[in-house]
Amino acid sequence: MRLELIKRSAPAPSMRILSPLLGLFLALIAGAIMFSALGKAPDRALYAFFIEPVSEMWSVHELLIKAAPLILMGAGLCICFQSNNWNIGAEGQMIVGAIFGAALPILLPDVQNFLILPLMLIFGILGGMLYGFIPALLKAKFKTNEILTSLMLVYVAQMLLDWIVRGPWRNPEGMNFPESRRFHEWARIPEMIPADGRANWGFVIAIIVAVALGIMLAKSLKGFEVKVIGTSPKAAQFAGFDRQKMIFFAFLLAGGCAGLAGIIEVAGATGQLRPTVSPGYGFTAIIVAYLGRLNPIGAIVAGLVLALTYLGGEAAQISLGLSDKIARVFQGLILFFVLACDTLILYKIRLTFGAAHKGAA
Amino acid sequence: MTQTGAKHLLQLEGISKYYGSFKANDRIDLTIEPGQIHALLGENGAGKSTLVKMLYGSLQPDEGRILWQGAPVVIGNPAEARALGIGMVFQHFSLFDALTVAENIALAMPKDQKLSDIARRLEAISKEYGLPLKAGARIHDLSVGERQRVEIVRCLLQEPQLLILDEPTSVLTPQESEDLFKVLRRLSSEGTAILYISHKLAEVQALCQKATILRHGEVVADCVPANETTLSLAKMMVGDDIHEIAPRNTGSESAEVVLEVKGLSATGLTGFETSLKNVNFSVRKGEIAGIAGIAGNGQSELFAALSGERATAPDMIKIDGVPVGHLSILQRRKLGAMFVSEERLGHAAVPEMSLSDNVVLTRHGLEKDLETGPFIRHSTARKIKDKITEMFDVRKGNEDPPAMSLSGGNLQKFVLGREVMAGAKLVIVNQPTWGVDAGSAAQLRQNLIDLAAEGAAILVISQDLDELFEISDRLATMAEGELSTFVPTGETNRNEVGLKMTGVFEHAAGANA
Repeated sequence: MRLELIKRSAPAPSMRILSPLLGLFLALIAGAIMFSALGKAPDRALYAFFIEPVSEMWSVHELLIKAAPLILMGAGLCICFQSNNWNIGAEGQMIVGAIFGAALPILLPDVQNFLILPLMLIFGILGGMLYGFIPALLKAKFKTNEILTSLMLVYVAQMLLDWIVRGPWRNPEGMNFPESRRFHEWARIPEMIPADGRANWGFVIAIIVAVALGIMLAKSLKGFEVKVIGTSPKAAQFAGFDRQKMIFFAFLLAGGCAGLAGIIEVAGATGQLRPTVSPGYGFTAIIVAYLGRLNPIGAIVAGLVLALTYLGGEAAQISLGLSDKIARVFQGLILFFVLACDTLILYKIRLTFGAAHKGAA
Repeated sequence: MTQTGAKHLLQLEGISKYYGSFKANDRIDLTIEPGQIHALLGENGAGKSTLVKMLYGSLQPDEGRILWQGAPVVIGNPAEARALGIGMVFQHFSLFDALTVAENIALAMPKDQKLSDIARRLEAISKEYGLPLKAGARIHDLSVGERQRVEIVRCLLQEPQLLILDEPTSVLTPQESEDLFKVLRRLSSEGTAILYISHKLAEVQALCQKATILRHGEVVADCVPANETTLSLAKMMVGDDIHEIAPRNTGSESAEVVLEVKGLSATGLTGFETSLKNVNFSVRKGEIAGIAGIAGNGQSELFAALSGERATAPDMIKIDGVPVGHLSILQRRKLGAMFVSEERLGHAAVPEMSLSDNVVLTRHGLEKDLETGPFIRHSTARKIKDKITEMFDVRKGNEDPPAMSLSGGNLQKFVLGREVMAGAKLVIVNQPTWGVDAGSAAQLRQNLIDLAAEGAAILVISQDLDELFEISDRLATMAEGELSTFVPTGETNRNEVGLKMTGVFEHAAGANA
């Protein structure tokens, strides 16, 4: 018996939807196997990982807090990837966005009015765009591989943040902890339903941005341009679309989204700059984009799913006594299986039995 | 073992191949005798390539059997085919550009042979058959004809009993084709059977002793080409009667110049592109100007410069007297110039996108109501798509299918229709009927003639000499990035043009008709 891949005459639209579901399902099975190998009852472990975190209101709020940056960055990366620009550096763009936005309440702690928060968000976006501009410029002018440059710039951003919170921006009243001063009330994103939990309006911003990007991609000429440049560069040239300009558009857009995610994270959940702003949200957002079918609307659902893996990781640590690295493993499994299942969009599987195919099929 | 196949070299019995529900080959029977030159005739999409791929082991038949010298065989892969004694020269060469001739051939030979031995043998064989080749030459320095020789010599070194050639003359000049025929006749006289795949009737009549004609995956006739007329062969191949092209009035010599190209030079961007060298010509209102030449002699580069996909100095190209060399393709479209590129899928159309989306591809910024602000109005795009498909008889499976699901002919009609439907002042077409079935090709040529009659200036770049002689008023030839002077079609002939294709023409500075 063997498996054969047969090319479909046309891509299967049903599989485009089914593939991520199938991928998730296979990731769960692989997860169950992994839990039993670790000596835990797989059913209880999966329950603790995926169900328990959303069984209480306060933890649903935590889910939304974690989903907001994932959705924002995932949606931006959808556009970026569709246009054939491989921005792997959303993590760095998020960090720089957080630093830029945080500059206002940290450097001007006495300016306290209603203008400060919108300005912070704008600064965050600008910071992310500026940091996305670097790999774009290198790619457009020097044909540098953007995967490498954008990834390497993540580490630069992490070092920058680490230095800034230990050095110049360290809280003067913070007993030498490597943290910035706490943001004043005007500089915090308000919580949506404070009585229930900590979730802030950042989640709503994320949804609005993702929907707007979804509409842009589906309905506007710019969105059309993104798709044509991504699927058929020569046809794009024939249409008069400029690939060089698209590099900047894609990187500035994805960078802006990441910068916004960064400032939402620090002005929302944490309220100050710390040596780490994100537990790898920028990298997880790559999985969000793929699980969401490179569609910003799909990224909303995918962002919630992957936010759950972060919560699950924490739960696994507390109730199962496992390392929270388990969350990373799950994220990897999901990406791996979703990409594998994508094969089914273009191919179908045939089982052949017997040995009568030595040559003849 | 069967008795019937005993003396035949190759016998196919009821070979079928399916792609899903589509029958690419339907119960094909074919017999080839030793030393025979056997033609496999058929239009694009008739199933010729599928059939020979099964013979060469790169596809497996779903039904039927193959008998080789009377014994049933299963040809699992090309290596097994070569071991049996079947050699094949593909239409698209499989050579490594950066390697030498000898190195390329060594790749196909058993591993234990020394490169120097191979080089010696290949030079001996190439001399013997009049296929001059240098073992140490790098492939990227060779002309297309020479590359084909490498492929042929590579096959001959394995002393095949059956040599399959897929559309071998599609890349050759008439003179080069004659040379090839000499080699094939000699091989045949020495006992090598040849399966010659083509849709060019004249060649088949001149060269082949027998012909099998395929249509829609079925064998429709076996015949002796010499006993048939070109017309009767064409009818067997195409099925219905062939559309006759209406005669036309040629454009007036005093009509205004629409496109003017002066001193157009452009260096190839990569080592594999041809540089354009001081190209000069003009096209007038109401005429069809044709540019002949073998693919790869600068036609794509010329098209890119004319369309604006590659910028040049402003004055090198003028439309209605306006310098446009620096303008984008969009700005040139706004001046009334329309372009139909050679590659339909992936250049003129996005394969995965629907026809209406492909309307947006080149009509954005030009059509009224196609956009509101930054948004596309898909309803308008669909209306335009409907109009094109109706006016140009584009046949499609459903309402708004992806471009790649259309046949070559129908997609080409769509692409041409899209560009010219709203009226065009200047139409530049590269290979208008390449890979298009005969019925659609005739219609496309008629469309071009009608457009010229309506007053458009038309430039047709084509490899198909018959086509150019049929529709163009004036002809020039492109070779190695240079363009000959235009001459009225009535004052030249195929041989003259064929000779020019090899680059033999005098350098008339500032030539203009």
